[in-house]
Amino acid sequence: MDAKRGNRRRFLTRGAALAGLAAGGVRLAKGQTQGTPPKKIDELIAYGERSRFVTSIRVPVAERHSPDEFGLTFHVLTPLQDSSGIITPSSLFYTATHRGALVPDIDPREHRLMIHGMVDRPLIFTMEELKRLPYVSRIHFIECLGNRARPTHKTVQETHGLTSCAEWTGVPLSLLLKEAGVQNAASWIVAEGAEEVKGDSSIPLAKAMDDCIVCYAMNGEPLRPQQGFPLRLMVPGFEGIYQIKYLRRIKVVDRYYMTYDDYGHINPDAKVAALTHMIGPKSVITFPSGGQQLAGPGFYEISGLAWSGSGAIRGVEISTDGGRSWKNAELRSPALPMAHTRFGYHWNWDGKECVLMSRCTDELGTVQPTRAEAAKYWNKPLDENFRVQGADNSVQPWKITSEGSVQNGLA
Amino acid sequence: MASLKFLVLAALLVICDAAWAQSPTYHLGRTPTPEEIRAWDIAISPAGTELPEGHGTAKEGEALYRSKGCAGCHGAAGSGAHAPTLIARKDVQSKAAAFCLAPCVNDSNAMAIHSPFATTIWDYINRGMPLGKEGSLSPNEVYALTAFILYKNNVIKEDEVMNKQNLPKVKMPNYDGFALPPAWKHGEPRLQGYP
Repeated sequence: MDAKRGNRRRFLTRGAALAGLAAGGVRLAKGQTQGTPPKKIDELIAYGERSRFVTSIRVPVAERHSPDEFGLTFHVLTPLQDSSGIITPSSLFYTATHRGALVPDIDPREHRLMIHGMVDRPLIFTMEELKRLPYVSRIHFIECLGNRARPTHKTVQETHGLTSCAEWTGVPLSLLLKEAGVQNAASWIVAEGAEEVKGDSSIPLAKAMDDCIVCYAMNGEPLRPQQGFPLRLMVPGFEGIYQIKYLRRIKVVDRYYMTYDDYGHINPDAKVAALTHMIGPKSVITFPSGGQQLAGPGFYEISGLAWSGSGAIRGVEISTDGGRSWKNAELRSPALPMAHTRFGYHWNWDGKECVLMSRCTDELGTVQPTRAEAAKYWNKPLDENFRVQGADNSVQPWKITSEGSVQNGLA
Repeated sequence: MASLKFLVLAALLVICDAAWAQSPTYHLGRTPTPEEIRAWDIAISPAGTELPEGHGTAKEGEALYRSKGCAGCHGAAGSGAHAPTLIARKDVQSKAAAFCLAPCVNDSNAMAIHSPFATTIWDYINRGMPLGKEGSLSPNEVYALTAFILYKNNVIKEDEVMNKQNLPKVKMPNYDGFALPPAWKHGEPRLQGYP
């Protein structure tokens, strides 16, 4: 019962913050396009803000509301429809949590990272010590396994908003593991966070020694609390759940540990289990996308994002006729490994109803499938119950009506 | 020249073989004490290596299920409230797909019983429960609550004592029903031939 009371307290605190947001929303509605009231100049000098006329925000997923009845926050979607380039602003980066642990309040002076298990020299690091070590900065996306478009979704924020991309800075995990001296019989690591539920995942040692980063910075400043301040693990191309936030411990082990986070992935079919770790090649058109309105026939630049957990994007194709024919899009950003890649395509809309789609190919030559292609592979009927196995990387159709309104082509 | 090349090659092979077990370069960080390691070493292997001493039965667990407030969120019958189902209901059809964002509530699907190893249940209760007081349960209490959930889902008998030795030996319904993720290799696709 005590626990329940504690939750209510927490809920009340968060509820107050929400009420504040709601009040802002009311003001916005009354003043129409007026935005939020301007801040004082000294505040803006200290930490800059976007124009009050720019109002793009994150929203919780509809299927599991945040905060929920326990006051917990789970999955919050990034507004991809308003995105440009490949970097997601830290304030708009999607967030997902281990059982609703949104923002543990961690003092970085108290935070420690321990490396132990099958190592010759167990080590414990302060944040100061970690920052003295050689570091790398790399641009990588993160995507949640739950990023799955449904016919009920209206916008690209709802269909694809559980992915974002940032520049991450930190110490290569391989450096720390070599410093500790990994023993020959080791084959996995268990990485664990410091939030109340201490979320942990099993990660193959080969991946840990390859390109993982123990990050303390994101987009040029310390990690945001919702992104794991003061320390998180970056496992490039792997599902979001492996990117352990509030990282406090890495144990080197000789088997899959079947942690709570691991067993959500298990499947009797070895082929499905093979899709457990990495995100497949995936792309989506962010403009024009669901809920937007075209002004009328004429020129539009189709814009979108492509990414793959297996490496860099080699190419993106666009169909403006519902998948009957495909033409190459242009890459408008560097095509970095395991990073969002921006594409563009010149399009003259003739004012007739049509369906827009994008599909990408990654550096291994793997092509993003349509739902029909995925269903054929798994030998399943293509109906509304068909679920693409692993992280859903299927092609997203956007239907343009003759009035120029853009709708979810899955509906 | 040839012998020099051979020596270099031999030296390289030795270095490659010991690549992961290198000596320290930066000499930062300190050695944690055994107590520090023990306090944080809470991820439980399916072999039970990290399990502490202690014991508990379903009967003890049933009393704790009420006194620790579990029933408040998970329901007096282990389902029917707001938190995930712990005791599978037999009178309803599962609404769950293979994976759901919202864990199955009031359902015939008890997520906890999906794990092929009973150690997963012990691990999660120990690290994550009760909500708001995580990490406050004693090893005996965690053994008892684990026994209660296992008994109520017909996995063990009511009088079976769960401890460090017995818990890893519990045969879960899904023990033979899962595939481990394959070994990961740089530059290989997720699944050969998958579109």
